[in-house]
This record gives sequence, C-alpha cells and structure tokens, in this order.
Amino acid sequence: MKYLDEFQDPDLARRLLDDIHSVVTRPWALMEVCGGQTHTIIRHGIDQLLPDQVELIHGPGCPVCVTPLEVIDKALEIASRPGVIFCSFGDMLRVPGTGRDLFQVRGEGGDVRVVYSPLDALHIAQQNPDREVVFFGIGFETTAPPNAMTVYQARKLGIKNFSLLVSHVRVPPAIKAIMESPNCRVQGFLAAGHVCSVMGVGEYPDLADRYRVPIVVTGFEPLDILEGVRRTVLQLERGEHTVDNAYPRAVRPEGNPAAQAMLADVFEGTDRAWRGIGVIPDSGWRLSSRYRDFDAEHRFSVGDIDTREPAECRSGEVLQGLLKPNECAAFGTTCTPRNPLGATMVSSEGACAAYYLYRRLDITTAPLEASPVA
Amino acid sequence: MCLAVPGRVTEIEDRDGTRMATVDFGGVVKEVCLEYLPDLQVGEYAIVHVGFALQKLDEESAKQTLELFANLGLLQEEFGDPWELAAEAGAPRWADDKDVPQEAQQ
Repeated sequence: MKYLDEFQDPDLARRLLDDIHSVVTRPWALMEVCGGQTHTIIRHGIDQLLPDQVELIHGPGCPVCVTPLEVIDKALEIASRPGVIFCSFGDMLRVPGTGRDLFQVRGEGGDVRVVYSPLDALHIAQQNPDREVVFFGIGFETTAPPNAMTVYQARKLGIKNFSLLVSHVRVPPAIKAIMESPNCRVQGFLAAGHVCSVMGVGEYPDLADRYRVPIVVTGFEPLDILEGVRRTVLQLERGEHTVDNAYPRAVRPEGNPAAQAMLADVFEGTDRAWRGIGVIPDSGWRLSSRYRDFDAEHRFSVGDIDTREPAECRSGEVLQGLLKPNECAAFGTTCTPRNPLGATMVSSEGACAAYYLYRRLDITTAPLEASPVA
Repeated sequence: MCLAVPGRVTEIEDRDGTRMATVDFGGVVKEVCLEYLPDLQVGEYAIVHVGFALQKLDEESAKQTLELFANLGLLQEEFGDPWELAAEAGAPRWADDKDVPQEAQQ
C-alpha cells in the first residue's frame, strides 16, 4: 500500500480497503465511467490497492477522447476560414484531426481563441459584430447545459454572428452500448458524479434492472472512488443490482431541474458517432429546430465532411474497456503524448495519457479480441 | 474541462438580465453564471463547470476538494494558460523523466 499515505484520510482509506478485501469472494470487473475518475485511480494506485479479484475497467467518459475525427476536421475547416473567430476549451487544441490540430491552425494564421466558458465566446461575438464567432460545443451532460444557456442567451440578445459546432454525448446510451457488446465484461458501474449532479439518477434504474448491473454514483476524490468500489462490490456479492448514490454531497436524485429544462428547450436527441467506437443510437444532442440558425455545421456548410479514423489506433477498445492502454502495441512506442495516434493519449483526462504519465508502461496481459459495440 | 471545481461566491450581480457571480476557486477568481442555481447566496459554495454553477456544495467538502485538486495540479489544468499547456503537450516533456512528477515514477 505504497500510495496510501497520500490519501486525505489514510485511516479511513485503510478501513474502506479492509472492508473491500473482507467481502470479496470472487472476481468482479467494475467500470469507472469518467476520465477524471480514471486519473484519480491511476494517480493514487487505487487499482493496485484493491484485492486481485476486483478489476477496474476504464470507461468512455472523457469528452475530448470521444469527439469523433470528422467533428475535429469540421472544427479545423471552420477555424481556417477568413473572418472566423473560433473559440474552444483549451484541452481541444492538441486533439489530432486529419493531419493537424487547432494549435497548428492558429500557427497558420487562424484566429483560434481559448475560452474558459462558452459565455466568453458570446462576449467575443458581441465585441466583434463584423466577424463570425464559432464555439466548439463538445462534452457530456455537465458541459451541455452551459452551452445550451449560451445559445439561449445569443437568441435572447439578438446576436446573429454566433454559432455552435455541437457534438454533445450522453452517458446512459454509452452504458447500454457497453452492456450489449458481445465482449462486455463489465459487472458494475461507478457512474460519473458530476453528470449526475445535472441529470440526477432517474435514467439509471432501468439500466440497472435490464442488465442486472449495480450502478453506484461516485465522486472524484480517492476516498470517493474507494467508497464507490466498496458499495458496488457489496451489491455484487449479495446478488443485488440497484442504483446507489455514494456522492450525495454533490448529487441530488432529481439533479438540476433548471439545467434539464434548458437542455430540453435548446437540444434534441440524435445518433452520435463516438471516436474509436462508432455510432451509438440516440447517444447525443444536436440543436433543436428552434435553434438551427445557431448551428455552425449549417452556417459553414461542413455537414458533408466525413473522415475515417486511422486503423492503428485502438482507442475505441480502450474506451469500451476491452483493452488496457498498455496492452496496445503502439502504446509508448509509436503513440506517445508528443506524437499521439488518438485522443486518449493527448487528452489530459484520457486513459492512455494517465497510464503514460504515471508510468504504467509494462505490458501486463495479452490483448483481448474485440469488436466495436455499434 | 471535464472536472467541475468547487468555488465560493463572493459577489452577485445582475448583468444583461442574467444572474452572475464572482467566484473564488482557492485564489483564482472567475465570473460564473448562476442561472442554474438561482438561490445561491454570497458566501456559499457550488460546483462550477465551464463558468456555470451546477450544484450547491457544503463548505467542508468544497475546501477538501479544492485542496486535493490543487495538489494534483488540476487547478493549473483548469485555470492555467491553455496555449502554454498545449505547447508543452507538443514538446518532448514526458519523454524526459525529470519532468514527470516524482511520485508518478515510483
């Protein structure tokens, strides 16, 4: 337990671990959905502190990682147009499109700006009425409400030179796709806490019931992760499969109703391609018809851009929990943070980046045979 | 970008009909939209994501999380200079062991 001293409350961590060790009688595979949780797990060596029978599988919950190549290429195309100010969150700058990234577009003279909030992009549009300002709207259920509010504000304020390149994805359809994959080994989920802060837990009981899988809403601190694992393993050992909230200080069962109402107004459900995984039905949002004027894809006619991912990157299998990053032949050799093949290596929340940063470089097991979920 | 960070509301004002707050994230101060948490008051803590308060949080949990995020370098990722970070990501930083956090090398 070499990392245990770093825990905020090492005694509590030890008690939780002792509890987990004492209840486990057989092997269990749990998936942490969120990339932030993956980083906590690898950074603190939580996977190495758990009993050998408890395996943590890293899930698809990194928004930067799952944004499909064709959307990155659309962003690069729009950002290269004269007269455009392209605004993005900072962690999208190095995500590789076909041949280049936003960082390079800026180097070539494109007006790419980094914002902290989508509302900052709206202010840039107000200050530059003669320019077209586009915001790169990616992310899960935590990021979609801010982007929805920004479009709502743009319409309310009559701002015509603002649009959103939107590629939002949702967690529950991804859980469904993972559980329906023929190679699925996941027996329990640590659900992403901040997604549930917005959406509540209402979408999960049906999934837990249908796939007979415990779903435990879990936070991001090391002790949160241990508690999430403890509750999930307890359920599995007892043969239960319910939804449990282990992050009540930030998650109310109903979520944030104001944010949900705004999402329902501005967006509508759509099929979405996930980078490395493929299309998952009804797994994302697009602007609803009432807000179609703010859709950058239509405004810049980039809807027909369709690109394919390089075959040598196996990030899709990593994102589905079918492959550990260090089981990929390219990991640490032809694929590094300096020369990434895919977004899981370049994103600060990506599983491959976490393994590389924290030196999980050894090849531990043979790669599994895998097929896409969709 | 994925991780929401807790912060303390220090000031609230109406701007263009929108409820906005000044929020302190352990020393870094940002403007935050309160439209999704309209009841939030000065002195209270909330989980903030990309400039929007999404859920109220008690003071003790907020302070513990902020401390943890600061220790992990996550506040630098969230609030640091993104161009600098992107340039570093393109440089051979991780190829050189001396720049990898010492604890990560164990």
